[in-house]
Amino acid sequence: MPRTAWPTSSDPSAAAGRAADNERGRTPRNRASRARERAVQWLFLAPALLYMALFFGYPMVKNVVMSFQNYSISSLYTGSAPFAGLVNYRAIFSSGLFGKFVVNTAIFTLASLAVQFALGLALALFFSRRFPLAGPIRALLLLPWLVPMVASATVWRWMLGQDDGVVNRILEAVHLGPAGGVPWLSSTGAALAAVTIVNIWVGVPFNMVILYSGLREIPVDVYEAAAIDGVGPLTRLRYITWPLLRPVTTVVLVLGFIYTVKVIDIILVVTGGGPAYASQTLAVESYQLSFKTFLFGQGAAMGNILILVSLLFALVYLRFNRSLASSDGDL
Amino acid sequence: MTAPLATTARRPRRGVLATLFALLILAVLLFPVYWMANASLQSNATSFSTEWFPLHPSLTGYRQALSQQGGHLVTSLVIAVGATAISTLIATPAAFALARFKLPGRGWVIFVALATQMIPGIVIANALYGTYNSVHLINSVPGLILADASLGIPFSMLLMRSFMAGIPKEILEAARIDGAGQIRAFLQVAVPVARNGIITAALFSFLFAWSDFLFALTLTTTNAVTPITLGIYQYLGAQTEQWSPVMATAVIACVPSALLLVAAQRFIAAGVTGGAVK
Repeated sequence: MPRTAWPTSSDPSAAAGRAADNERGRTPRNRASRARERAVQWLFLAPALLYMALFFGYPMVKNVVMSFQNYSISSLYTGSAPFAGLVNYRAIFSSGLFGKFVVNTAIFTLASLAVQFALGLALALFFSRRFPLAGPIRALLLLPWLVPMVASATVWRWMLGQDDGVVNRILEAVHLGPAGGVPWLSSTGAALAAVTIVNIWVGVPFNMVILYSGLREIPVDVYEAAAIDGVGPLTRLRYITWPLLRPVTTVVLVLGFIYTVKVIDIILVVTGGGPAYASQTLAVESYQLSFKTFLFGQGAAMGNILILVSLLFALVYLRFNRSLASSDGDL
Repeated sequence: MTAPLATTARRPRRGVLATLFALLILAVLLFPVYWMANASLQSNATSFSTEWFPLHPSLTGYRQALSQQGGHLVTSLVIAVGATAISTLIATPAAFALARFKLPGRGWVIFVALATQMIPGIVIANALYGTYNSVHLINSVPGLILADASLGIPFSMLLMRSFMAGIPKEILEAARIDGAGQIRAFLQVAVPVARNGIITAALFSFLFAWSDFLFALTLTTTNAVTPITLGIYQYLGAQTEQWSPVMATAVIACVPSALLLVAAQRFIAAGVTGGAVK
């Protein structure tokens, strides 16, 4: 999950160059100086473009190429990998575990999204009310952002331990859960739930912050008009807050999906994908294929599938959302 | 007519109840952070003996953590500072160009910067690994600096772009009329005016690089270069009985970000309201 809000505002296009453009002459000398001006302007952007080409564009293209190659550990040294056609994809699909990884990824992602969105919205609504210390407490809720993900995942791994974990100690104290404690990390039934809980914990503050700022954007007079008409709180939520919040909801859910589907660190630290692949997702499998078994071609193929899944979700959601919303969101 | 009286009497109590409820939420959500700090202070924080409160605080865990992970902290610091410097140096002029110059295709650049967020880190790591291997950037600090800077650049560009767009055009025009070239107008007018945005973007770049785990995990094959996140991960493989040094390391790993946040707080407060989140 992301820990930061993306700047999504579309600013009015800046007009610094406008004055210069108005004075623009048609003489060759002016044209030459304008060309120079333009060249300097591109220089501002060039390093960033180069960087994005090297660290996003090139890896993406290379990953597609690798997925059609027999790219093994020896390819690293010789620099060449034989073309393999669809062998990597076929190996992934026929491993017998692919379905399990897809289901795990779907459960992990959708359960995370649903719960952290619901909790985030509830908290955002709650903190929109006026009460003493609301501001400072809301700010303190963001404290987990300062903890590197690996560190908080490590704490969770310990907290979820069956015998020595504090979560089971608390459950025992309130007489919940089975005798001997819940085997959060060691049973195939609970491991996926465990990593999902940790991911939800990471995602709630993000959802709360964005939804809170979205709630603040809704004009107060709409609520006042509704209050005058005697509209109850639930109806207000359904017919005022929900539709007016839709653009923000879209941002939170689409970004949330994109970030959640590629989570690796939490799962690697908390369960390592186990036991017996019980919490293995497509992203973690992609890592394991490349960096544990050194089948870089198959890892690349799995990574490409992951990108396709993200792309598909974004497109389907945006299309679905556009047909629902009368006003078009600005993502 | 008792209703008005009743509401005035009830209002403060309801406010206090809401505060209490908010504190309860805070306690639940911050519990893992508390547990980390609590265990880091208990030298015998092994499996069963962790107390609820550090009534007998001991710094043994921290001493152990610093002796085992101190070097990794320095490595992380060097990498994060380097990545932040590169990210800020590259993203600031780009943000200015996107906000201020009518370059053809700048809409596409913005779209691409957004789209980079969709690419899973593992895809980038998978492709970079082979390349890094052949250009000898594996197991090197510069290699991780370059990779980590890529985490901050698109985000910083988009964040700072809205700040650069907010600069009153009159002052930029005034600078140009006074004879400043585009580069001088950028350096001497835009950069100081957009300072809050630049500091906010730099802080995020630092946080991204400091907490990077995937590049540290994939682009190193030996222990030659070990950032603190990887150090914590390796702890898990080695010892899971003694939690106090692990938790102490986790606490120490939060310190640089916390210090930076406190130091940069007034810039960020102005920054976030100034156009980051709309």
